[in-house]
Amino acid sequence: MQTQVDNQTQTETKRVFKLDNVNVYYGPHLALRDVNMDIMEHEVTSFIGPSGCGKSTLLRCFNRLNDLITGARVEGNVTYHGANLYGEKVDPVVVRRKIGMVFQKPNPFPKSIYENIAFGVRVNGMKVNMDEVVEQSLRGAALWDEVKDKLKDSGLSLSGGQQQRLCIARAIAVQPEVILMDEPCSALDPISTLRIEELIKELKQKYTIVIVTHNMQQASRVADVTAFFNAEAVEKGRRVGYLVEYGPTEMIFNTPREQYTLDYVSGRFG
Amino acid sequence: MTSIQDQAGATTPSGMPDLTSSSVSGNRNRVGTILTIVSGVFVAFIIIPLLLVLWDVGGRGLPLLFNTDLYTELPPPPGLEDGGFGHAIIGSLMTLGIAAAISFPVGVLAAVYLAEFGRGTRIAYLVKFSANVLTGVPAILIGLFAYTIVVRPLGSFSAFSGGVALGVLMLPIVIRSTEEALLLVPNEMRQAATGIGATRFQTITRIIIPAAMSAIVTGLILSLARAAGEAAPLLFTAFNNSFWNTDPMRPIATLPVLIYFFSIIPYKPQQDLAWAAAVVLLIIVLTASLLARFFSRAKKF
Repeated sequence: MQTQVDNQTQTETKRVFKLDNVNVYYGPHLALRDVNMDIMEHEVTSFIGPSGCGKSTLLRCFNRLNDLITGARVEGNVTYHGANLYGEKVDPVVVRRKIGMVFQKPNPFPKSIYENIAFGVRVNGMKVNMDEVVEQSLRGAALWDEVKDKLKDSGLSLSGGQQQRLCIARAIAVQPEVILMDEPCSALDPISTLRIEELIKELKQKYTIVIVTHNMQQASRVADVTAFFNAEAVEKGRRVGYLVEYGPTEMIFNTPREQYTLDYVSGRFG
Repeated sequence: MTSIQDQAGATTPSGMPDLTSSSVSGNRNRVGTILTIVSGVFVAFIIIPLLLVLWDVGGRGLPLLFNTDLYTELPPPPGLEDGGFGHAIIGSLMTLGIAAAISFPVGVLAAVYLAEFGRGTRIAYLVKFSANVLTGVPAILIGLFAYTIVVRPLGSFSAFSGGVALGVLMLPIVIRSTEEALLLVPNEMRQAATGIGATRFQTITRIIIPAAMSAIVTGLILSLARAAGEAAPLLFTAFNNSFWNTDPMRPIATLPVLIYFFSIIPYKPQQDLAWAAAVVLLIIVLTASLLARFFSRAKKF
């Protein structure tokens, strides 16, 4: 398995994100502290951990979606191919065009299937053959055969699993480098979940994927690297999330370094 | 022995649990029945006035509607018969058109600010508070306001000043209904659009507003329906005119004002015209309400 244990030069070229002492605040309250980790190219990195441990919060740091929340603040260094994501001149809109996102609840636009995909391409000002991009994106998301005859139908007319694949197609249509997935299967039935997981394994040939999941079997099935987060209580019942450890998924699930991780992955708490 | 009796209370002679309502306190059912009747009576209180208005106005006005002169002629001079109120229909359309041209863009853009940009800011709070106060301002005062800022400087009653008065009247309705329509669009839509690299402007113009469009249009139609029936703000502004006029800078007749003037003069033909105009106005407002319902049914979420 290819992970961060590779030699230094290879690590440099393959590293997509580097997090140095990242703290995230919501208003005055610390939500996540001291995260140090690397995200590698063409790997699936999964974030697992109990609720409130900050894994979704961290995911939203990668495409600056936390900017939408008033009072949210990121401290420390988040670099994307060496460039500071939170640098003064960085335009979050440009960041989000390189780093796509799929959300927990399928959220297609109330437009046709075709327009759902065309929207992102248009707002990005890409000069392409739209029909081709729509077809390729839908094929990439393993949805083409199911919808090719009804591209004019509303995206909302699809089933939940299809909607989520439409959202994935929408994300890959703008040709991002990274796809962030925030519990993409939590609203889906097991069969739809399996299809999305197969899709994730295909997508990693072309994209770098970071996925937050509550489902540990899912993490063990799709992820190359797994990061385990936990939350600790601080004063007044507030909880602060932190990264316990991360490493090859096999190691995290079988021989983790920390007792906490072992307890969590073996179902003793969480 | 713990049997079903101990858990379920009363049993019938055959030993089965008694599930009829007589097994619980008898009062409860009687109180329930009485309250149901009382609420039914209050429902009638709401519906009966509407039916009576329709019955009364419709009964007197409907038979007159089939005379096509009504829509193409001017009212007769006092003492003479026949005629119509074509000039007032044009006047109502003109003042409403001017009112819409003022209140729709201003109101919708203000609502976009409130719902999308200014959430939680002090300015947004102030604007919302002002809109709420404006809703409560009596229509006649809005007429006086328009008189002061438009009629006096321009030196004449005019369709334009009437449009301004109606526009001010419609503004808070437009703002509030549009803001609500925008807030109904789930936040996931904003995140989804932002997540694929849309700017805020693109998100609002291409996703949020189209998604809220049917609800926005509903609000706009209802605000027009509200303004269509107002006479008070027009008395000091559009005033009245016995002749044809399409010049927005001159006084103009409108349906509500025509009804007001013709219903208080002692000539039967004029009173008939007032009844007919009342029915026309009712039909316009009811049609607008139905249209609004039709649009609001096209739900997207």
